[in-house]
Amino acid sequence: MNSMVQVDSASAIAAAAAVAGNPVKIVAQGVNVYYGEKHALRDVDLDIQERAVTALIGPSGCGKSTFLRCLNRMNDTIVGCRVTGKITMDDQDIYDPQLDVVQLRARVGMVFQKPNPFPKSIFENVAYGPRIHGLARNKAELEEIVVTSLKRAGLYEEVKDRLGDSGTSLSGGQQQRLCIARAIAVSPEVILMDEPCSALDPIATAKIEELMDELRENYTIVIVTHSMQQAARVSQRTAFFHLGVLVEVGVTGEIFTTPRDRRTQDYITGRFG
Amino acid sequence: MSLIYFTGLAALAVAGFLLGRNRAAVANRTETFHSRPSYHGAYVVVSVLLPMLLVFAVGVPVAHHLVETQALTVFDPSVLDDELRRGAALRDIVAVATGRHTGDATPALVRAAETWSSLRAWTDNLILAGGGIVGLLGAAYGLRAISATFRARNRVERVVKVVLFGCASVAVLTTVGIVFSVLLETVHFFQKVSPLDFLFGLEWSPQTAIRADQVGSSGAFGIAPLVVGTLLITTIAMLVAGPIGLFAAIYLAEYASPRVRAVAKPLLEILAGIPTVVLGFFAALSLAPWLRELGQSLGLNVASESALAAGLVMGMMIIPFVSSLSDDVINAVPQSLRDGSYGMGATKSETIKRVVLPAAFSGIVSAMMLAISRAVGETMIVVMAAGLAANLSFNPLDAVTTFTVQIKTILVGDQEFDSAKTLSAFALGFVLFFFTLTLNVIAMQIVKRYREQYD
Ligand SMILES: Nc1ncnc2c1ncn2[C@@H]1O[C@H](COP(=O)(O)OP(=O)(O)OP(=O)(O)O)[C@@H](O)[C@H]1O
Ligand SMILES: [Mg+2]
Repeated sequence: MNSMVQVDSASAIAAAAAVAGNPVKIVAQGVNVYYGEKHALRDVDLDIQERAVTALIGPSGCGKSTFLRCLNRMNDTIVGCRVTGKITMDDQDIYDPQLDVVQLRARVGMVFQKPNPFPKSIFENVAYGPRIHGLARNKAELEEIVVTSLKRAGLYEEVKDRLGDSGTSLSGGQQQRLCIARAIAVSPEVILMDEPCSALDPIATAKIEELMDELRENYTIVIVTHSMQQAARVSQRTAFFHLGVLVEVGVTGEIFTTPRDRRTQDYITGRFG
Repeated sequence: MSLIYFTGLAALAVAGFLLGRNRAAVANRTETFHSRPSYHGAYVVVSVLLPMLLVFAVGVPVAHHLVETQALTVFDPSVLDDELRRGAALRDIVAVATGRHTGDATPALVRAAETWSSLRAWTDNLILAGGGIVGLLGAAYGLRAISATFRARNRVERVVKVVLFGCASVAVLTTVGIVFSVLLETVHFFQKVSPLDFLFGLEWSPQTAIRADQVGSSGAFGIAPLVVGTLLITTIAMLVAGPIGLFAAIYLAEYASPRVRAVAKPLLEILAGIPTVVLGFFAALSLAPWLRELGQSLGLNVASESALAAGLVMGMMIIPFVSSLSDDVINAVPQSLRDGSYGMGATKSETIKRVVLPAAFSGIVSAMMLAISRAVGETMIVVMAAGLAANLSFNPLDAVTTFTVQIKTILVGDQEFDSAKTLSAFALGFVLFFFTLTLNVIAMQIVKRYREQYD
């Protein structure tokens, strides 16, 4: 087995074992997504474990982002996109017409591939969610939330003297951590990250990976990544997508060392994608 | 003559281009050229065009002047010094020479016309020949320059740059010229009327002296009523167009389905295409009487021409400016910001209010400023709907007047050019110009301060 991905098996297996008993947070059953005529996801069944990092990998265009966007119904904002099948979170159907997407998205936060801070101050960026959801009763509480979120995102030390500066004035890596701080400020239960490190240098990437490791204690994290090393480093479970189909899902260490499917093996050994 | 000249010029240019390109292309096979063949062709074109245009531009006026002077000398040398008679005599001479003269021509006139014709034919031929020669020389020069190391591309690029610079300068120089001439007349005006009276006087009645012996006293030139009138109407117009235009833009950009948008946006823009005269008589004949009746039923005294009517209709006129420009800037806000906001669980209206509009703020401000400039400069609607009475009144139900209306009123009809009344139009124009300039500068500052850089 000439896997190109080195999995530090001892720690990976330990981490996987640590989360093995965690309950399932999100269940996707028979999910199909169409963009107009295009059938982008086919019959995806996937369980996402609570307080663990699940990595979605696969070649470009295979539907990773599409699946991720199903989980907080961001596909609703795309004209012509149709989702069928069933996705439940804590046994509640998130596509139930009764369910309020606003509340769903407050529970399922998202960090995008390209950092997208609002053109507001750093403080206001983080305060955005708490403000719209009325999470703080007064200014002191709001400040408290902002500071803790920035600290948890590992950005506080760098920006504490200039919280009034525009969020767009930060560097790319800082912007991405600001977006993470913004997402965790509303204390979501799940955080979705779509290639959060693709625009970042190795140091900023390492910071964010470290952060994910910490966040995993309290949050359920789903991350899309093109870097198999990253998937191996941060995730406990990995799902491999190919051409809109979920090919294989399992414990990260196993996927990278003993994949069951031929396509998975080809992908992780770099034969395609 | 001109027709032949430019046909020849075009023919030479085309031939020069083809020859040059061809020669370079052939030589290019054996040697590596610095510039591609078509640049060598273009260089030949330039070296044909420049001298030929120069000959025409200098030769024609000089030749005409000489011919005219000669013909007039034959006719009657005394007219040469008299501008008016010179013009009249010249018209007659040309008319006779081209066979369009009606009635009898005096022998002197006939002789002058003959001189004119023969000289004119002679100079025309001279210019044609001269142009042809410099054109050919130019082509030869351009063709000779063709060689492997000759940097035709750089030369041609430089010519292109100069031509573009020339076009830009025309626009700038025209503006400068207009401003300068207005400024000059304004200074003139201030020699007759004190600037202090003009800027701070409370009464505007340029309708000149009441008694003939009132020399030098030609009415009052205080612009306060015009300033107030202009501001009043503009404010009303912006109160209408600002919110409606902005909300329409938000609807179009954020809520409307693509199908609705495809229909609604052009329809809104048609509103901008309605001639202001039409809007003006709508205001004067439909809206103003209606407002008056409405006012009466409420016990208010509404003038039959009112600032309100003019302001409302002007507001309608500028809605498309506000909405179309705002729509563009709102659309330019990156989708990723909206996604970020939706991803936080924000609703559509929260996203618009807290993310999209702040991000589009600077663009919206400049749209508003542009709309204000339009409103301030608008004449027709105000003439028809707000009247001419220079009342110093802040009451929107009164008749008021504006800068543009007064300028138009002053300059329509007979007037002496040097009177304070006429000159005051220039002073008004200058103030108006200064006002819009200030608006634009403010707008630019705001835009600069709040502009967000997106990549
Ligand atoms: N908004 C859209 N409209 C139409 N088709 C879309 C849209 N978004 C995605 N698709 C299509 O759906 C398929 C899956 O796209 P998706 O973005 O989920 O891929 P991905 O796995 O995230 O790829 P990448 O790694 O390049 O980001 C692609 O074939 C894409 O062309
Ligand atoms: Mg993607």
